[in-house]
Amino acid sequence: MKLVIGIVRPEKANDVLEALYRAEVRGVSLSRVQGHGGELDRVETYRGTTVKMGLSEKARFEVAVSEEFVQPTIDALCEGGRTGEVGDGKIFVIELERVVRIRTGETDHAAVTPST
Amino acid sequence: MTDMLTLAAAGEVNAGDTAWMLAATAMVLLMTPALGLFYAGLVRSKNTLNTFMMCVAALAVATVMWALVGYSLAFDEGNGIVGGLGHALLNDVTFEPRDGTTIPHLLFFAFQATFCIVTVALVSGAVVERMRFGPFLVFAALWSVLVYAVLAHWAFGGGWLQEKGTLDFAGGIPVEMGSGFSALAAALVVGARKDYGRQALLPHNAVYVLVGAGLLWFGWFGFNGGSGFSTGNSGVLAFVNTLLTPACTLSVWFVLDLIRGRQVTAVGAATAIIVGCVAITPAGGFISPAWAMVLGALAALPSYAVIVLRTRTRVDETLDVLAAHGIAGFTGILFIGVFAQMKWNGVSDGLAYGNAEQLGWQALAAVSAPVYAFGMTFVLLKGILAVTPLRGSAHEEAIGMDIVHHGEEAYASGEGAILVREPVEEKKRAVAGPRA
Repeated sequence: MKLVIGIVRPEKANDVLEALYRAEVRGVSLSRVQGHGGELDRVETYRGTTVKMGLSEKARFEVAVSEEFVQPTIDALCEGGRTGEVGDGKIFVIELERVVRIRTGETDHAAVTPST
Repeated sequence: MTDMLTLAAAGEVNAGDTAWMLAATAMVLLMTPALGLFYAGLVRSKNTLNTFMMCVAALAVATVMWALVGYSLAFDEGNGIVGGLGHALLNDVTFEPRDGTTIPHLLFFAFQATFCIVTVALVSGAVVERMRFGPFLVFAALWSVLVYAVLAHWAFGGGWLQEKGTLDFAGGIPVEMGSGFSALAAALVVGARKDYGRQALLPHNAVYVLVGAGLLWFGWFGFNGGSGFSTGNSGVLAFVNTLLTPACTLSVWFVLDLIRGRQVTAVGAATAIIVGCVAITPAGGFISPAWAMVLGALAALPSYAVIVLRTRTRVDETLDVLAAHGIAGFTGILFIGVFAQMKWNGVSDGLAYGNAEQLGWQALAAVSAPVYAFGMTFVLLKGILAVTPLRGSAHEEAIGMDIVHHGEEAYASGEGAILVREPVEEKKRAVAGPRA
């Protein structure tokens, strides 16, 4: 089992969700985060105060999947999140030690597989 | 005898009338930022400022154009289609009362200016969340002259509709039908938002929408109540009808919402207030309070239907200016033709009181104004499009108009923002540097 973390543009979050849905990946967490990944700074002005926005808004997907779903999840994140411009984001894949489904107490593989 | 007295009274400025019209002018001006708030609440948060700024833009360019030529083309004597240039740059607009009124001509100009401003702002509702700000400024400036001033001349400035006897108390022709049918043309030329029909595009703050609608209703008392240009009967009648009609529209809208979705919606209520105010705009000083209440109830139906049907089409007339203004204005204009009452307005009866001709003149306006507004706006935007693109890239649209066009955010947190040193100081140091 792996935890796939994808950090993408917030405006591409819907496209990523669609791509994940098409790849039949179910079970997703989405949070709003701020970060910096080397993209160009954006300058904003408020009543004569000019500021460089060092952090940009991003959407962070967390998807816990069994081994056979790792690559489809990564593909979906890339397909939905890519614009080709600097700032499209990153994907991190982490080994998962344990997973428990709270409702049933199922663990690991059974817990990351959608119940039918 | 009565005529001579009226003439004498019209010849000089009346203090009471002037006092009311000064206040009414300020009330109508408030409607434009109120509309900005109303519209800003209806869009996504990333486009809040741009949407509001389109209304602020109207305050700037429509006022300037109105003073330069718009007022003159609308209200100077000319031909049936358009006025002359005798009042261009406020020429001969003085403290003397304008003919037929007891208020200074200068005040009459300002009152009419606020109508032009809010009408230009109304049209922006069709193109928010995608149209570039620069081309919008150009469009707003030209539209205020080519569409608004011309229609205002037809209805109020001695143009052909007014000559024929079409009744329009406070702007059903230039303001409501003018903006509504122009909005449809603008939506068609600019095109739908890239996410339209693909994603749920929801209002980001319904409280703004309700506060905006409330402030608009307040301003509308000046809009309709001031359109008698005095504290006389017609102004009082229009003022009171502005209370009654929207209340009836609201009540019927609640019922329609209940039937359709089993719940009364807040955004629906805000829309109903606008529809009611629009419907009574042309009819305010011409129909009895009882008929005004009937008009309010009746006006809800076609506007509600157009809102429901429009969202099923590919036409992204984003904030439903056509339904709320064009269609409700159309309803109000025709309603006068049937239920105008000499007993209340002292001008003319409608069909129900034995004057079928009036309905004919109203129908003429209900056809000609939409056709002109739609056609001229379509041509104008195509013309601007031939020079410069009307919208940015899909990428810019995804980021949002606030950051792309204004370099600001409505809900900036300041987290991660780094202060940039004043460029002036940098220059001073650069100059001082080599000498030291």
